[in-house]
Amino acid sequence: MDRYSAAYHALGAVVDPELDEPITDLGFVRSLTVTPSGNVKVHLRLPTSFCSPNFAYLMASDAKDVLAKLDWTRRVVVELDDHHDSAIINAGLASDAGYRGTFGHEADESLDELRETFRRKAHTAAMERCLTGLLRSDPGRTEASVGEVTLGDLPDDDARTALLRRRHALGLSTAPDDLVLVDHTGRNYQPDAVPMALRRARSTRISIDGNAHFCRGLLRTRYGTEATAFVALSAVTIPN
Amino acid sequence: MYRKDDTSYFIVDAHVALWDARPENQRNIHGKQFIDCFYDYHRNLSPESEVWTYEEYLYQGGQRLMKDLFDDGYVDHAIFQPAQLGEFYYKGFGQTDEAFELASQHPDKLTYNHNFDPRNGEVGLYQLREDAKKYGLRGVKLYTAEWHGESRGWRLDDPWAYRYFEACRELGIRNIHVHKGPTIRPLDRDAFDVADVDHVASDFTDLNFIVEHCGLPRLEDFCWIATQEPNVYAGLAVAIPFIHTRPKYFAQIMGELLYWIGEDRIFFSSDYALWTPRWLIEAFVDFNIPADLGEYPPITTDQKKKILGLNAAKLYDIPVPAELQLPAADETPVGPRGADNLVGA
Repeated sequence: MDRYSAAYHALGAVVDPELDEPITDLGFVRSLTVTPSGNVKVHLRLPTSFCSPNFAYLMASDAKDVLAKLDWTRRVVVELDDHHDSAIINAGLASDAGYRGTFGHEADESLDELRETFRRKAHTAAMERCLTGLLRSDPGRTEASVGEVTLGDLPDDDARTALLRRRHALGLSTAPDDLVLVDHTGRNYQPDAVPMALRRARSTRISIDGNAHFCRGLLRTRYGTEATAFVALSAVTIPN
Repeated sequence: MYRKDDTSYFIVDAHVALWDARPENQRNIHGKQFIDCFYDYHRNLSPESEVWTYEEYLYQGGQRLMKDLFDDGYVDHAIFQPAQLGEFYYKGFGQTDEAFELASQHPDKLTYNHNFDPRNGEVGLYQLREDAKKYGLRGVKLYTAEWHGESRGWRLDDPWAYRYFEACRELGIRNIHVHKGPTIRPLDRDAFDVADVDHVASDFTDLNFIVEHCGLPRLEDFCWIATQEPNVYAGLAVAIPFIHTRPKYFAQIMGELLYWIGEDRIFFSSDYALWTPRWLIEAFVDFNIPADLGEYPPITTDQKKKILGLNAAKLYDIPVPAELQLPAADETPVGPRGADNLVGA
């Protein structure tokens, strides 16, 4: 893989925590420049000027981190364009000021809890997608019965793969006999609490899916057909 | 009034604005960013035939508003919910004098709600009392992401906010419309978190909290809170235009709201001038849950009547012709009366 592709691939590991999708898929990477000497510059863009600044900062600082970790990169510059906090965030990133150094009095401790909140939501939504998929494919199945479904019972599809990844992110086991419907600590639900747990999970999934649709739509409206940084799939050889 | 297939719908548009975002009113780049963001919402979610030019979008004026809402838009009564945005616009975003004058000329058609900012302390409290008298306030619109000097947001459960809610109680301001926007200090937390609504709704059970955009982008947290607090309501501003671009998503929002909080606590809003009411009302009356979303029951005509007007009319004592009135439904199975049994579910 050439360096441009490697840098682009690395950016694919940066996820919008709220939407649970990579920034490269979302079209947030406006441009990527890699010099022969190993300097990298990235411009990011978001659907609106008023997207939440904490999420904006998380994605921009994650982008800088993943690029700095590549063994050939030298100077890495990440800049967020057209945001109400562009000046603050870009200055913070340029000086490696960290979260508190960037936002000063508006920051208390860290964004770890925020990240954790959205890791849990991502897991909840992935779980619901699998279980609602089962319910839709088998109209005879009751909501109450989904409490018994194990990872091994799920069809081997994208929804299951996504669920396993979210479980891994939370430190949950991914053995075939593990129950699917569990909370973020891996605890399952009593039979009479199963329908409510599924309903709550559903509202989380609808929220995340809806936000992702809206953000993509707004980005398209805002920037039209302006090109983004892009790597043809054929140019990326994913290492085993 | 909207009529379709021999059925009449009394329409209350629970969230409208008369704004001025023209360049001469923009205090800084953020004034432009703000209206551009709104215009992108408008362009992104409107049918092509309903898209305005950018110039039209910057400012409408009272005459245009009256035409869009009442001549063309089927609306019987509309409620102003102005945002101040004093850090972005010289004379503010919502045009207080113009809107109030219009409401005074058409008291049968328009209600003027005002706003307050608890960070204004004692001076703001005094002002709220004056405003309540001057405008005859029944409700207020609160935007928690308003910037204020060094601060870029506040929470409904801040101690000073409580002093303002106590004043609301005393002044007869019963309806608190809450708009959650991003940027809340500290940035450590989710900026759209609606937990503060839970706290104030429990502590001020005699006030009604109407959460605009039904808590989007945190629908799930909003629904959960609203099941437990009978004085929490969902405003459909920004949610309802998805009916055109994303009908399936809109169906899911409606399915969730009806399941969790029930048909008596949901309000139609066009969010004028973000969108115009005519096409939204027509589309909503024609709308139903698509067949492939078998997890939700169909939306009934009576439910639509309540959402389009009867619910908000009740909260604001807006007279509704007797033949159009409907009785309240039972609480949802997950509603407030059962909430205590659901703790930990």
